[in-house]
Amino acid sequence: MEKISLAGQLIQYIFTGITVGSIYAMVGLGFNIIYNVTEIINFAQGEFVMLGGLFMVFCTATLNLPLPVAFILTIALVTGVGAMMERSTINPVKNATVLTMIIVTIAVSIVLKGMAMFAWGKDPYIYPPFSGSEPVFIFGAAVQTQTFWVLLMTAVVVVLLTLFFKRTRYGKAMLACSDNPEAARLMGINVNLMVLISFALSAAIGAVAGAVITPISLMEYDRGALLALKGFGAAVLGGLGSFYGSVVAGILMGIIESLCAGLLSSGYKDAVALILLLLVLFIRPSGLFGSVEVSKIKKFG
Amino acid sequence: MKIKRRAIWITLALTISLAFVFSCAKEKEEKKATTELKEPYKVGAVFSVTGRTSFLGEPEKKTAEMITEAINNTGGINGHPLELIVYDDESDETKCVLAVKRLIKKDKVPVIIGPSLSGNSLAVVKIVNDEKVPLVSCAASFKIVTPVVDRKWVFKVPQSDSHAVLTIFDHLIANGKSKIAIMSVSTGFGASGREELLRLAKEVGMEIVADERYGPKDTDLTAQLTRIRGTDAQAIVNWSVGPTQVLAVKNWYDLGMTTIPFYQSHGFGSRKNIELAAGAAEGVFCPLGRVNIPDLVPADNPQKEVIMAYNQAYQAKYNEPLSSFGGHAWDALNLVIDALRAVGPDSAKIRDYLENRRNFVGQHGVFNFSPTDHNGLTKEAFEMVVVKDGDWALVP
Amino acid sequence: MQKQDRNILVGLVLFLAIFPVLVMNVGTVGHYLDVMIFVGIYALIAMGLSLLMGYAGQISLGHAAFFGLGAYTSGILCVQLSLSPWLAMGAGAALTALIAYVVGVPSLKLKGHYLAMATLGFGVIVHIFLNEEVALTGGPSGFSDIPGLKLWGFSLDDELRYYILVWCFVLLALIFSLNVIHSRIGRALRSLHDSEVAADAMGVETSKFKITIFVLSAIYASIAGSLYTHYVGFLSPSSFDLFLSIKLVMMVVVGGMHTIWGALVGTWLLTFLGNEWLHVFHDFDILVYGGILLGIVMFLPGGLVELIPRLGRILKRT
Repeated sequence: MEKISLAGQLIQYIFTGITVGSIYAMVGLGFNIIYNVTEIINFAQGEFVMLGGLFMVFCTATLNLPLPVAFILTIALVTGVGAMMERSTINPVKNATVLTMIIVTIAVSIVLKGMAMFAWGKDPYIYPPFSGSEPVFIFGAAVQTQTFWVLLMTAVVVVLLTLFFKRTRYGKAMLACSDNPEAARLMGINVNLMVLISFALSAAIGAVAGAVITPISLMEYDRGALLALKGFGAAVLGGLGSFYGSVVAGILMGIIESLCAGLLSSGYKDAVALILLLLVLFIRPSGLFGSVEVSKIKKFG
Repeated sequence: MKIKRRAIWITLALTISLAFVFSCAKEKEEKKATTELKEPYKVGAVFSVTGRTSFLGEPEKKTAEMITEAINNTGGINGHPLELIVYDDESDETKCVLAVKRLIKKDKVPVIIGPSLSGNSLAVVKIVNDEKVPLVSCAASFKIVTPVVDRKWVFKVPQSDSHAVLTIFDHLIANGKSKIAIMSVSTGFGASGREELLRLAKEVGMEIVADERYGPKDTDLTAQLTRIRGTDAQAIVNWSVGPTQVLAVKNWYDLGMTTIPFYQSHGFGSRKNIELAAGAAEGVFCPLGRVNIPDLVPADNPQKEVIMAYNQAYQAKYNEPLSSFGGHAWDALNLVIDALRAVGPDSAKIRDYLENRRNFVGQHGVFNFSPTDHNGLTKEAFEMVVVKDGDWALVP
Repeated sequence: MQKQDRNILVGLVLFLAIFPVLVMNVGTVGHYLDVMIFVGIYALIAMGLSLLMGYAGQISLGHAAFFGLGAYTSGILCVQLSLSPWLAMGAGAALTALIAYVVGVPSLKLKGHYLAMATLGFGVIVHIFLNEEVALTGGPSGFSDIPGLKLWGFSLDDELRYYILVWCFVLLALIFSLNVIHSRIGRALRSLHDSEVAADAMGVETSKFKITIFVLSAIYASIAGSLYTHYVGFLSPSSFDLFLSIKLVMMVVVGGMHTIWGALVGTWLLTFLGNEWLHVFHDFDILVYGGILLGIVMFLPGGLVELIPRLGRILKRT
């Protein structure tokens, strides 16, 4: 086999980076939706992705459902988990600090992980890509067909979210919450309901991410934490509260990681991405696209 | 609200106390069943049943429990029932240290099998040496039993990484390959394999043209493989366990790199990995202990009988394919049972017995322990196999 | 030091003195002394974190890194340079303090979640460094055969002696922390926790105090790391990962972060739960652990220490 040219390598790295980055972006989006309404960073967000992948395994392999049905059912199931989480653990807790609420979400993530371990065991799972398993060659770079599905789904999620926030009543109400929660409350917005919707929505996005990435990356019960970490990085780098920020930042992080792994050192790829993230934060304390004013209103601790 | 809260508290308390009662009752029941026999022989075990390396501990625990049940159903060890006490270290060193101390102090076991991980085994070496309790580790690193003077009470049953590396290098040299790329996961398993690859490559004159690493939960290894594609590597050797070893094969296949032969470590020894790779694993080489390939072991091999028996019993009981890690627990526990049968539950005597045990036919090889070798295996314990038509085949 | 704190402190010392006598020769709990050693080690870190979180109002998801830096500095200096363990411990603390300062100055300018991410990122970077610098740290395979501690030629290798040593450190740190809390710095910090803007306006040099506490908590963690190193005698990066950082924060929150005693209670509970009491549930222990955590943070948002006044009230009523 002949050596791949440097240009081919670069294209390969960028494609890989965008694929992985799209998943970070979607996790970051999930973080942002909940953060905007509640100021909580939901550490169970990675668990939604894990559940998305594993419910998909359940729907396709155990129930033998056709792919589109399985996909929709998976999203519905995980959305249900998200809504249940909010009703049973977030809603009942009153007068707690944001930090305590974050610990609540960590505890939930441990419980969800435990449940997934009982339901699916500890082995990784996989199912075939959505369409065709032979990769496509672009300028000498091999791209898995599933990559296109990942990109497509990311785009669909972004478009649908934009429509939701710009066009629907609930969406606008949620945006109002994110601009100034106190004012929104005073304007008679049902913040309680908005919180529920925000959890359900982020769970749904997590499910989409999990369902599209599993044919590429495999999925097992304890994958969530690392995805949550990367997604959190994306959300912070983009600027908490900024949806487009987290999408751009997620993809950027994916590309940086992949370029580092290919060109510098694969062992230090995560460290390089994180150092860049820290540098950005030190220069711009509210992330790339975050608003300093908004972050001043938000409290913490 | 007040009442509701109290109700939740009460339910919580009830569930927990019920669970306690239930588990205590279960323990008592177990004890009752064995009181008719002589005093039980205790064996302690620490496996990583949960946590990041649960795929090691899970089959180990199942295997050890299966053997215990079988031996107790057939009259125990010289009439003494076997009492296996298993703790889960959750792949965590601190927990492992505490579990081993608990076994020694609370349960007063004369001998311990496990832990599953090299790091965890190294973390408890000092304790068992100080407490003078023999430990038969189920982890691979040669450091666990080297130098033997400092590891008087420690044995290990898995083959060393050097055995696997040498088997792979023999095969590479026989096929005229001299430039290789290596990939390894940044865990104890991967790092230990990488060290041995780098060290032995120098000895046999193998040139390493790329040395790539990745994390145990990475979602994609395309970048590492693409970098290898940019070198003139004639073969790729990958050292990992868990999902990343499947990812490596899938990415290698998807990148159209199948003309560069791919070698996996002995950690690849589960048929599930071939299934997960869904066709991408065709042509992948790996050195395996014979326990992974029961049907391929020639009938005249001394290990054939024990491997077939274990294989049938495990599949009948758990209805899932065997993994090579379970085989380590089989070797460790049966060695210990063998020692208990010969010398009884005396730590020092068990140690001396194990150190001089020769020709013990196990799942992963024929063990010949000696005062200078607490592993007792050679590279002959490996068989080079290749994935062919979705199954293992012996390399001709 | 306030009277109430002094009373609790005396109670704690009494408990610590009686504890070994109670458990030492009882078969089923004899190894509790080992668990208490780890409780002490983690409590040392949690106390520093409690000062940082409860008093200065800053979060850190990177304290496992300081723990690891102390542990590795001790281990490396003792084994490779054959330095005395006590000197190595001091060197570790100094190095960690320096690193904490360098990282702290830009990080502590960040707020809330951004600070959480920055400290988390730092923790992961240190973890990767420990993993990758094989020549120095032994990499993921770890670093073994680290000698034990000696004091005036007196070997501290049995549990009881080590237990005394570790808890002496904890008590010293505790007394020091209580003094810090009730000093001018402590009062300034309290004002900082309530409202940073107001504190700033009142002329409190917020950033200086924040850094001081951050560095102090890093030193606690580093000393805990050295104590860990010499007790276990083996180091590997997996003992100092992100999950430990999160667990430490949980210990502080579960115990109650508004008082330093909460850190002790939380550490004690989570260490015993995770290593001992949940073994009866076998495979279910992860669920029970998560459930208990959830129960505590949901129903006692102020941590376990909230229970104490409540218990007092119940006792008074009866």
